Amino acid sequence: MDGSGQPSIKSTCPYCGVGCGVILRPDGVGGLAVEGDPDHPANHGKLCSKGLALGETLSLDDRLLAPVVGGIESDWDSALDLVATRFRETIDAHGPDSVAFYVSGQLLTEDYYVANKLMKGFIGSANIDTNSRLCMASTVAGHKRAFGSDTVPGTYEDLDEADLVVLVGSNLAWCHPVLYQRLAAARAARGTKVVVIDPRRTATCDIADLHLKIAPGTDVALFNGLLTHLANTGAVDEAYVAAHTEGFDAAIDAAAQDSHQITGLPAADIATFYTLFARTTRVVTVFSQGVNQSSAGSDKVNAILNCHLATGRIGQPGMGPFSVTGQPNAMGGRETGGLANMLAAHLDLENADHRAAVQTFWHAPRVADQAGLKAVDMFRAVGDGRIKALWIACTNPAVSLPEAGAVADAIKACPFTVVSDLTARTDTARLADVVLPATGWGEKDGSVTNSDRTISRQRAALPAPGGARADWAIFAEVGRRMGWEAAFDYQSPVEVFREHAALSGIAGTLGRDFDISGLSDLSDAEYDALAPQRWPITATRAGGRFFGDGRFFTPSGRARFQAVTHRAPVSTPSDAMPYRLNSGRVRDQWHTMTRTAKTPRLSRHLAEPFLQIHPADAEALGLKPADLARVHSATGSAILRVLISEDAAPGAPFAPMHWTGETAPAARIGPVIAAATDPISGQPETKAATVAIERFDAAWYGFAVSCGAMAPQATYWAMARTDGGMRAELAGDARVTDWVRYARDLFQTTAEPVVFEDAAHRITRLAFFESDRLEAAIFVSPEPVAVAREFVAAALGTPAASLLAARPGAEVKDPGPTVCSCMSVGRNTLIDAITGQAAPSVDGICQATGAGTSCGSCRPEVAALIDRFALRQAAE
Amino acid sequence: MTKHLVIIGAGMAAGRLVEHITEAGGWTVTLFNAEPRGTYDRIMLSPVLAGDKTYAEIVTHDAAFYEERGVTCRFGERVTAIDRVAKTVTGQDGVAVAYDKLVIATGSDPFMIPLPGHDLEGVIAYRDLEDTERMMALGESQKAVVIGGGLLGLEAAAGMHARGVDVTVVHLMGHLMERQLDEAAGYLLRKELVGRGIKVLCSSNSKEILGQDSKVRALVLENGTELPCDLLVMAVGIRPSTALAKDAGLIVGRGLEVDDQMVTSDPDVLAIGECVEHHGALFGLVAPIYEQAKVAAQTLLGEDATFVNRETATKLKVTGCDLFSAGDFAEGEDREDIVFRDPARGVYKRLVLKDNRIIGAVMYGDTTDGAWFHGMIKDRTDVSGMRETLIFGPAFQGGGALDPMVAVAALQADADLCGCNGRTISQKTSATQTLQAA
Repeated sequence: MDGSGQPSIKSTCPYCGVGCGVILRPDGVGGLAVEGDPDHPANHGKLCSKGLALGETLSLDDRLLAPVVGGIESDWDSALDLVATRFRETIDAHGPDSVAFYVSGQLLTEDYYVANKLMKGFIGSANIDTNSRLCMASTVAGHKRAFGSDTVPGTYEDLDEADLVVLVGSNLAWCHPVLYQRLAAARAARGTKVVVIDPRRTATCDIADLHLKIAPGTDVALFNGLLTHLANTGAVDEAYVAAHTEGFDAAIDAAAQDSHQITGLPAADIATFYTLFARTTRVVTVFSQGVNQSSAGSDKVNAILNCHLATGRIGQPGMGPFSVTGQPNAMGGRETGGLANMLAAHLDLENADHRAAVQTFWHAPRVADQAGLKAVDMFRAVGDGRIKALWIACTNPAVSLPEAGAVADAIKACPFTVVSDLTARTDTARLADVVLPATGWGEKDGSVTNSDRTISRQRAALPAPGGARADWAIFAEVGRRMGWEAAFDYQSPVEVFREHAALSGIAGTLGRDFDISGLSDLSDAEYDALAPQRWPITATRAGGRFFGDGRFFTPSGRARFQAVTHRAPVSTPSDAMPYRLNSGRVRDQWHTMTRTAKTPRLSRHLAEPFLQIHPADAEALGLKPADLARVHSATGSAILRVLISEDAAPGAPFAPMHWTGETAPAARIGPVIAAATDPISGQPETKAATVAIERFDAAWYGFAVSCGAMAPQATYWAMARTDGGMRAELAGDARVTDWVRYARDLFQTTAEPVVFEDAAHRITRLAFFESDRLEAAIFVSPEPVAVAREFVAAALGTPAASLLAARPGAEVKDPGPTVCSCMSVGRNTLIDAITGQAAPSVDGICQATGAGTSCGSCRPEVAALIDRFALRQAAE
Repeated sequence: MTKHLVIIGAGMAAGRLVEHITEAGGWTVTLFNAEPRGTYDRIMLSPVLAGDKTYAEIVTHDAAFYEERGVTCRFGERVTAIDRVAKTVTGQDGVAVAYDKLVIATGSDPFMIPLPGHDLEGVIAYRDLEDTERMMALGESQKAVVIGGGLLGLEAAAGMHARGVDVTVVHLMGHLMERQLDEAAGYLLRKELVGRGIKVLCSSNSKEILGQDSKVRALVLENGTELPCDLLVMAVGIRPSTALAKDAGLIVGRGLEVDDQMVTSDPDVLAIGECVEHHGALFGLVAPIYEQAKVAAQTLLGEDATFVNRETATKLKVTGCDLFSAGDFAEGEDREDIVFRDPARGVYKRLVLKDNRIIGAVMYGDTTDGAWFHGMIKDRTDVSGMRETLIFGPAFQGGGALDPMVAVAALQADADLCGCNGRTISQKTSATQTLQAA
């Protein structure tokens, strides 16, 4: 069923910070049809490949349906009592700072609000931090330093109206695909110039007029150089600087100390960029993790903000610095104060008036008066025993934090750990004493705030499975059981939201930016029907841009230039650790893949973790395509598939961050990254680890597919879902003598396989059939396995007589690896279409093949294929 | 003036020779046949036995055919002597027939193991229509024993079993058809036959044949097992039928020796078919024998022709079992095996490679690609470039090498794809220049 004809429900996508509106139609059997909401201002109906596949991520097979205590299924009453008791006892014995919450940018605002209120107002500690610490903490710090508040000045419309968009450390095409499409459309319509600043070439560079392959970690020097250039060329808006800012001279002096030469960029390219920036009034500088995830992240943010302040290009149409967040509700977390160094409603923990106002509003016994432990420090405190009771909600720090190995050890050793999540099958949940079943996207009811301050509702379209409960309700119930019945007597998310809005009104009266008091007396029905709207939302103001009036939230009302100078990443390359490891996202996966790995469609794009490495580095290391490489640092190691590409910066390979103990245990990148942090924001430096790389000398490589589960015994394995089951890449460092036995263990079968064996070449292929249908197969070789993987994966459940040939016969065409996930269009299909046309255009090829006609996320890749194969054809 | 050609034997080789000669003309032909009939396709006796075909359907050249071509047929008349000096042959009736040229095509005789009792009534070979008819005459639930688990023995067993006869195969070697199949394929074949209800005893040596009223009653094995039977079929091999030639003083080794023109040690005497030995090789399959008939015809017609003994493949049909073997598939240090086996479907294939060339092929259950492999054995094709898919046959050849990067291949590793979007340096420079001008 496609859900058409069913009543539709408007909601918001749970992935990145673009915050796209979706329309959901339950199919009546537990699924949802998902389409973009044409009325949502963030996406106007568009969705990316991940959003479009949301309906495929709702299976309940891995869901936790009842609380688990000590590995044994329990009931809510016992589990909640246990949690409340243990937290209470720990606090009584060791003080409020002996407990901590580690929460998530995927929680809804209501969840965040209740958790934050419980920790800061009632437990009385500020030990609540969030995975947003890994995402945009440096931006928060930079904003607050410059603006006196964590305010995103602009709106998405600025991308439509800019003449120059500078993308710094942002692979917008893959990480915020709908915004990228929006920018691409604006560029097509008005010729917007696009400059991409990124050490590696990404899909985003497809629309770049200029790509500055900057040396990792030198952004401050680049923007200080720009500030100097602006000053030297008369491009500074002297009047604006004089009227609305402070600290300009110090900033200029600091900037002058930096040389842009350390960026490693050609002088001509730098000059081009500086000139373009200086001459273009309507400039938006979009920045993301390449800026934030750095030990100098806050300084990078301020170096960018300095340039906008110097030119007065802020808060005006088509102008301004623009942080794009990585999570659906990173902004909501900031608004509720769900970070260790915030209070609530953009109020300051360090400000006694603010604390008093919040304490009064909450009728709280106490309010934390100093910053709590930020993520990295929090888990260090867990590790050294200062934190004795820990509650992790909706996030997977055993994978995602730097030094993840140590983090996992810390969680394991913590006297009492609670995890509330959708599934118990995460690396983190496996370590917990208590696992509580939480509702997930599609079941949850509440609100989120996207990167341009637009508050949208997430609405429930499906019933909560089993005993799963909303996170806000779980936190509230524990609050009540800890003795604060009145303060946590919420019956529904709207009650939480009204309180949150009311508190923001108090913040507004204290002169803060975040004020949605206009929503504080929403009726239940109005909340249910709440349309997306951008804050502030007060009696006098609704949405729009900030700072257009030149007034900021600092004590003086002036924006503050920050005097910043280049600081290299904490870890310095050495002879032993000569490479700088970049990390990040891929197009079709999200975080630790607990949701995206459930859909075969999204697993097709990149079905295993990889190390993207420059050809010169690969050659020096003796790495060949599809080899495996071991990447190791002082803190840990990972085995990754070698993907040799000139896209990678020389000396700075890239690895995706998504794979976990569930999907590729040897390929977790978190353990490799040392936990260096920005001294101001506490954000870890996850893109500049120094590592050594060597070829992983596998005795054998394997590729396996199975209708059922697999139990790999292999040094390296990576598992992904297919339409008919699972697929896995395997490699081992020990010779296997009996492959039939190995395969039977892997597939948990006793069946007699079909066998192909070339003993002299050590090639073995085995296929298991049940009632003439392919049940499982493995292909083994001493070299990286050559198999038509899509073909083999698609053969599961079919007769597949000649499967062990490992490729289709002459009569069947192999579509090749998937480029377009939405429409399942393969690379070979695209190449055929491209080489069959005289002058192929992206539109033409997309029309002909269907690729890129849904979410459009793959269009840069289609363009790249055209460039390559159409050019080649012309040359021949 | 036409010359006279005498042919001894009207088997498949002779039939083909007569076709060639009578089409060309210039010869009168006399054709002796010990069997009282014309030429039929001996290979097809098994389908006749199994009831899939009738005798009429397997006749290739009957009396009418020869009559039409002016051939004098002396069917049912065994030749008893050749006088090479007088250039005559003498048949059973004692009349000498003169020849200008003589072709000996006496074929082969089945080998009968001289076991005690081998001359009892009901002990037969499997060679001709008469033997076939004896087997067909057995009634349901009567018992037969076949000695010999080679092709012929198994076809006899399968054919009789299909008629409801209780059949036991006794085979000396460890697995069936050891000359054509390796052990694994032999095992599959045995499994198939046993599955049908045929009893198969391998590694079994026969000791004696017991009789009653001078009629066969049972076979006794070395281990003492007694296998009761109403008919005992010996199918343990054939020997070139060379007695007549030997008596005539022609040079005979294992077979009647011929040169590349199919001429024996007597320039006026040629020989073709299963009776000949050519450079040490004997023949049992139809393809080279037809080739011999053609070469002999050309020799007789004064044309240059040379017989080349090409690699021969065996495609065997034990009713319902598909078998193919070609070349050499013994194991050896310098040999590499590629094996495919599908026990559920009863398919087994093995290719033996030496120096990147196929030297042997065994297939059971699916012989579709037999001819293709046979061609590569003959042509000594270097298969190193197609080794990964070779055993899956021609339908899997021709594609490019597979990219092992497929799992991560949406990010193709090729430098020119990823390196700045395929743009050349100059294109990129001009993009920069455009910006500077802006």
